[in-house]
Amino acid sequence: MAVLSAPKIVSARAEYADSHTLSRFLATGGYEGLRKALSMPPEAVAAEVDAASLLGRGGAGFPAGRKWSMLRKAPTSYLVVNGDESEPATFKDHYLVERDPHQLVEGVTIAAYALQVNQAFIYLRGEFALGLERVQQALNDAYEQGALGSNIFGSGFSLDIVVHPGAGAYICGEETSLIEALEGKRGFPRIKPPFFPAAIGLYGQPTVVNNVETMSNLPWIISHGGAAFAALGEGRSTGTRLFALSGRVNNPGMFELEMVKNTFRDLIFDPALGGGIVGGHALKAFIPGGVSAPWFGPDELDLPLGQDEVAAKASMLGSGSIVVFDETTCVVRAAWRITKFFSRESCGQCTPCREGSGWLERIMFRLEHGGGRREDLELLLDLCDNIAPGLGWPPQQTTICVLGSSIPSSIHSAITMFRDDFLAHVTNDGCTHG
Amino acid sequence: MSHFRPELRQRAEETVALYPERRSAMLPLLHLSQEQDGYLTEEAMEEVAELTGTTPAEVRGTAAFYDMFHLEPVGKYVVGVCTNIACLIAGGEELLAHASETLGCAVGGTSSDGLFTLEETECLADCNIAPCVQVNHRYVRTTTPEALDALVEDLRAGKRGDEIPPHGTLIRVKRSGGLRSPAAQIADERANERVAREARTAKEGQ
Repeated sequence: MAVLSAPKIVSARAEYADSHTLSRFLATGGYEGLRKALSMPPEAVAAEVDAASLLGRGGAGFPAGRKWSMLRKAPTSYLVVNGDESEPATFKDHYLVERDPHQLVEGVTIAAYALQVNQAFIYLRGEFALGLERVQQALNDAYEQGALGSNIFGSGFSLDIVVHPGAGAYICGEETSLIEALEGKRGFPRIKPPFFPAAIGLYGQPTVVNNVETMSNLPWIISHGGAAFAALGEGRSTGTRLFALSGRVNNPGMFELEMVKNTFRDLIFDPALGGGIVGGHALKAFIPGGVSAPWFGPDELDLPLGQDEVAAKASMLGSGSIVVFDETTCVVRAAWRITKFFSRESCGQCTPCREGSGWLERIMFRLEHGGGRREDLELLLDLCDNIAPGLGWPPQQTTICVLGSSIPSSIHSAITMFRDDFLAHVTNDGCTHG
Repeated sequence: MSHFRPELRQRAEETVALYPERRSAMLPLLHLSQEQDGYLTEEAMEEVAELTGTTPAEVRGTAAFYDMFHLEPVGKYVVGVCTNIACLIAGGEELLAHASETLGCAVGGTSSDGLFTLEETECLADCNIAPCVQVNHRYVRTTTPEALDALVEDLRAGKRGDEIPPHGTLIRVKRSGGLRSPAAQIADERANERVAREARTAKEGQ
């Protein structure tokens, strides 16, 4: 049975139809966390976030408090919020910016105060037209309420937040690429080192880049204390998390669950959550954390929804997005489509990614659509090994950013788990699912 | 003579002033250009270059990187159908093929009446309501061929304009607060630059 007793931390307001409005926000504890934060020294605010052990919710899962502590001291530094959510099957930030934009703005203001940064940018995917409008409205409201701008709530702290629309590029979810886009350039990732944003970020200045969901946790953490947050979950995975469930389940959607206390089986099959597989079919495989993550089979269903628990099985919880395949799903087609995505979205800077993704996509295409050869399987794995040598997890990197090393995940998983399906595609000269 | 309408020119200048460095206004200004013209015209890119302190070539080179920017005219409605993983499983490819028939245009093409452009998109982050369809980047949540056809009929009849503005209009909520953007200061800066540029041009002409 699923454990559903934990409080809703980031999705508490979402049950209201007007959850995005200032009036609902103010009637449900809006700005309480911010007011409390402003009454504390900035270091004490950062210490609460540290005590919460809040792991970044963007995908890499780096502790937010530690990221903040790495910010190089400088007269000018920036806070950039990453809302360029583009990892396929991920829709939590879309949900947060549309449903609770004020919570995001409050969280960003708390973070900026803790970091003593006076300029923040919220970079949102351009495709989030409604989200962009709602965040802009929330900013306008906050300025009017004195919760943003100069001398916030009489504290002497001033902050300006600008919402910045992206323009359609998966790679801009990578933090250094996002910074390039924010500087008005093509979204080419920067090489690290030296371009760790905490040292050399936006305009060459020290910059903290945090995810939308990470920021949205801050009002609650400050209101209730870091210890209350850390009391939820287990081990390094504290608090709750938004899990985005899609694919062949009866009830796809967004579920805020306490970390570690539930398993993938609970999420997918519990009547209060995913509600089981469509048509009572058998589960074939699932992706545990966005399409960059290696796949799991039915054997891993009882794994807890926790960062280290998933990492221990050589995959990742990543962006918290779970895609379910059943026996009607063609895994060759699924892996081909994911590879086509990476091929389209490769920025083109590094040869293994630019050339490798296109080559892999063409081989996967012929396997799925006819013309595939038996020896293609070994060729695919060899190519994957050239991009991420050893095909282990976490992957070895031959490229500037991790887009490249994420490409092999789906192909490697699909061939390892479902070799017979590939061979059937060769024999059948194309897809066996009609 | 500004290519932007006066109101958009003013918004463009205010946008530039929001950033510590004006090149940062590149993507927002390109969106504004599309709001006026539906796509990126040469004139608009030249003006964005002037506003961001770059060259038209840099503007074009940057714009070409991003899927949402169009260097050729597109329909009044850009229909995007997602075929990425969650939508693939839910019949995204079939819905895309159906949309192509209904709209009378190939994927990537524009209908002969200039009303619709059809695009196959990557994940649009609405995977629990799959396959995901956006029109001018508004989620329309038409997951079946029938629902899509009804929507297209509405758009052909000129309905749903409040919900779905013509292609290019992205953020209809105007920024109404903030620490930056003293309008007069921007105007002064621009005037000084214009004088400097004219002096340069005059010098080159000699």
